[in-house]
Amino acid sequence: MERIPILRMGNFLLVTIQVDMHDKLALTLQDDLTNRIAEVGAKGVLIDISSLEIVDSFIGRTLANIASMARVLDALTVVVGMQPAVAITLVELGMSLPGIHTALNVESGIEFLRQNVSEYDDKDDDGDNTEV
Amino acid sequence: MSDLFQAIQKNRESILKEWLESIRVASRRRNIIDDRELESQTAEVLSAIVDAPSGTKLADVNAPGWQPLKDLLNSLSMSRATLGFTPSETALFVLSLKPSLFSIVRSISGDNADQLFLQITEVNDFVDRLALYTTDSFIAGRNQVIMRQQEEMLELSTPVVTLWDGIVALPLIGTLDSARTQVVMESLLQAIVQTNSRFAIIDITGVPTVDTLVAQHLLKTITAARLMGAECILSGIRPQIAQTIVHLGINLTDVITKARLADAFKLALTRSGRTVVRTDKPAAVTAATREN
Repeated sequence: MERIPILRMGNFLLVTIQVDMHDKLALTLQDDLTNRIAEVGAKGVLIDISSLEIVDSFIGRTLANIASMARVLDALTVVVGMQPAVAITLVELGMSLPGIHTALNVESGIEFLRQNVSEYDDKDDDGDNTEV
Repeated sequence: MSDLFQAIQKNRESILKEWLESIRVASRRRNIIDDRELESQTAEVLSAIVDAPSGTKLADVNAPGWQPLKDLLNSLSMSRATLGFTPSETALFVLSLKPSLFSIVRSISGDNADQLFLQITEVNDFVDRLALYTTDSFIAGRNQVIMRQQEEMLELSTPVVTLWDGIVALPLIGTLDSARTQVVMESLLQAIVQTNSRFAIIDITGVPTVDTLVAQHLLKTITAARLMGAECILSGIRPQIAQTIVHLGINLTDVITKARLADAFKLALTRSGRTVVRTDKPAAVTAATREN
């Protein structure tokens, strides 16, 4: 079954969506991601949607849900790289996604997470244990 | 009617001459279009009339046989619209054909008053319809010119300027309507991606009025920029506009607003960890130090 890979970088989780999201895939991602957050005790989640060209209301809501779920599991979510067309569509759909943090690209997203997570950070940020 | 066609065919030269003469009497615009071009245009139109397939009725302008003639008139009036002719001058070009056609009708009808009346009515009707057709095409051509100019103005009136690395500004000038705000929104978001800017300043100093629709569009733009990861600052809000916004009950509490563009720029600099300091000695501006 098709899955979206979740990479681990220290206590951050990195998700790069590179295929067109359909509803089932979004729900699978939601399951996988919440499991991973609980499993590794992640403090930050970065979702890169720069290659997504179409985001419908369902995907938008799922992203908002993922952020809220991560929040409950004590992880900060940042969505990065949203295309202008996608942003316009979401706004026209009336979805301003309050409560979701955003950044222009992966680099500034990681920087944002580092700044906002470091105060809770009791683990040594040593490993780039990248795994799928 | 075929004898009328034959008569026109036979008297082609004299019709052309007479037609040109009446055009010259009717209009004094020889500086825009020269005589030779006018001559070739009239000749083309006349041959389109004469060369219409046999059986094409004068009464039915929509007949397929008249299509080449209509296409010709269409392109003629389109080009006249861009050249700066007035609609009546364009219509007169066709209407001037009447006297010469009338004299042909007169010559073939002889003393038969009924036939004369019928044919004159028919020719009159035909030329009138062609004139109306050219007027329609002329207006369509004029509209095309207006639309093109409008698009150009739209492009020109929404420039996105980079104030600093990572800070872009959009100075809005003129009344905002839905079509313009759409262009504004798209060009700003595009610029944010291209310049990788964390801050965008929308300056509305040059916007005369802000109604609920404009405010809603601005809020949409700001929300869209936020979704992409950039922060928007609204600046240049004049006192009257502040009053209007409050009276209309528009909620701008989630938006950073500043009275002056300078304040917005300063805030963007501070938020991105920069400060502007005044040095004791202002740098001497000479040709040598200007490259800084």
